[in-house]
Amino acid sequence: MGESRLSPRPADAAGRVPLLRAAGLVVRFPVRAGVMGRPRAWVQAVDGVDLTVEAGETLGLVGESGCGKSTLGRTLLALRRADEGSVEIEGQRVFDLPPARLKALRRHAQMVFQDPVASLDPRRTVGGSVRMGLDLHGIGTRAEREAAVTQVLRRVGLRPEHAERFPHEFSGGQRQRIGIARALVLEPRLLVCDEPVSALDVSVQAQILNLLKDVQAERGLGMVFISHNLAVVEHMADRVAVMYYGRIVEQAPRETLYADPQHPYTRALLAAVPSHDPAQRHSVAAPAGEPPDPARLPTGCRFRSRCPLAMPRCAAEEPPLFDLGQGHRAACWAARGV
Amino acid sequence: MSEAPLLEVRDLRTHFGTGPGAVRAVNGVDLAVHRGEVLGIVGESGCGKTVLALSILRLVDAPGRIVSGQVLFEGQDVLTMRPRALTALRGRDIAMIFQQPKASLDPVMRIGSQIAEPLRLRGGRSRAEAWREAVELLGAVGIPNPEEKARAYPHEISGGQAQRVMIATALALKPRLLIADEPTTALDVTVQAQILDLLRERCRALGTALILVTHDIGVIAQMADRVAVMYAGRVVENAPVEDILGNPAHPYTRGLLRSAPVMGAVQKRLQEIPGGIPDLTRPLRGCAFAPRCDGRRQAGPGRCDGQAPPPFMLSPGREARCWLQDGAPAAQPAPGGWS
Repeated sequence: MGESRLSPRPADAAGRVPLLRAAGLVVRFPVRAGVMGRPRAWVQAVDGVDLTVEAGETLGLVGESGCGKSTLGRTLLALRRADEGSVEIEGQRVFDLPPARLKALRRHAQMVFQDPVASLDPRRTVGGSVRMGLDLHGIGTRAEREAAVTQVLRRVGLRPEHAERFPHEFSGGQRQRIGIARALVLEPRLLVCDEPVSALDVSVQAQILNLLKDVQAERGLGMVFISHNLAVVEHMADRVAVMYYGRIVEQAPRETLYADPQHPYTRALLAAVPSHDPAQRHSVAAPAGEPPDPARLPTGCRFRSRCPLAMPRCAAEEPPLFDLGQGHRAACWAARGV
Repeated sequence: MSEAPLLEVRDLRTHFGTGPGAVRAVNGVDLAVHRGEVLGIVGESGCGKTVLALSILRLVDAPGRIVSGQVLFEGQDVLTMRPRALTALRGRDIAMIFQQPKASLDPVMRIGSQIAEPLRLRGGRSRAEAWREAVELLGAVGIPNPEEKARAYPHEISGGQAQRVMIATALALKPRLLIADEPTTALDVTVQAQILDLLRERCRALGTALILVTHDIGVIAQMADRVAVMYAGRVVENAPVEDILGNPAHPYTRGLLRSAPVMGAVQKRLQEIPGGIPDLTRPLRGCAFAPRCDGRRQAGPGRCDGQAPPPFMLSPGREARCWLQDGAPAAQPAPGGWS
């Protein structure tokens, strides 16, 4: 399956080390017959992913549920191990690091989750939760830590006195601000945001997206922004990668991806987003058929069972991620120029 | 429109709890739905849109309680109907589908039987007829191999297919009104597009009116003829979809439209609506949106904070509850008044 994969972008040819680089990343989950049963089959949640993120840029990762984008996000921060491949953060291979070095590295690579409540201790004050990272990493004196907490709470639009309260006293938007504060207090250089606004109403979503953009600009953060919402990703990302069943099927600078998508799956996704113009009502050409069983993907191209352009070659050979020039790549035999 | 509406909601109030701590989830709503029309109800979480939808069918559970108002379906008040009449109304005249289709299906009953059941019990079909019709209905909602799928159990189908089954079930008896509460929110965008197409096509084919509750402006733009925008338990703007999207009159509607990123129109920053929704346990003296509203100063000192605006009629069929529209004639108040 991996033979046809292209090697990762040689960013280090220029002598620079990218902030984040993943190469040949594979994560498998067993499908078991029962709780204790032997695996019947394996699902490749992440199936040969290569990507890089530079400081100051946002890579948007889009795809539908079950495409592996959240698993990929967690693997990028070594919150789970990969079965194959490597992740380097600032040139350090995270899966090979001894625990102490990994911990030190994590300080600079933080995650913001969809549901901040689930990741906040309900019995700990907000200040305590935000300070916890500083405590764990032994950063500063007690007074310095308190000052850092106050400062970061202000930065995310909360008041210093909020530090004394408990998570349940806050609205969804405020809780996400707490989640962001908890990540930012450690002064990360890499931030992986997994559906950070999916649980929020649009008016609050705008507040959080603006905050993330501002903070990124101030601090030159590299960001991986994972979302199923194509409009949100268009707003946030400099480059966009589209995932389908574990693979990146297309990747391009934002303008290119939205204006000139080359993979039929990307086109289907974009066409399915309902237009806000009531004069443009149409039956969309949604991809035919049902999404496949992830444990039994089609041979060759995994999208071919739903693809309007499918041809015999698609069943025989999995298309590699072809380089179409100017940072645009698509894994499709029918892409322009292939 | 001269024809009497199919459904008319008048000054409906649904509270949760009693006394000073009661949450006024629906706090004086007036609405009308005409035959075959698609009414979109849009708003953010906590605005009362789901409670409103449930109240129409008297499906609100304790501690929720319909406190006052009328829900007239073809002139008959649902809220005072006897249990038998209510049971007959539900499912036959008015059907409802929900956000989580799988949670609404019986996990130990074959899909075909779930669709056949109302046909048998309410539609008077024989067992064999009902099953045959169920298979036909499955085909009509785009389920491949309907004969085979009719024998499947809910866990064997995807979320998108489950919502198709729910639509088939809800429309089996050709109701005159379908209430759909966030029917595509749990679905992926490609599946959402299919389900919206299906809903539109089936309702049109049967002449069924649709109340579509959603938080998604895109879904509204694609589906609705008329839109009611809800905020803090009230309808703050009610107008044809073209006006709501092209020329919104209420500052909240404007904020809602501007704060969502729109594909193909990248802005540097999104427009925020500052603050959050008000505490619905407190009686509101003024306009519920006033604390977050940028138009508040224009309306004159103290006005927005002091008194809730009535609906002003901007043109026939187009109303907004905002003091900035003062000068327009007051919309005809429903019996029971606006105060």
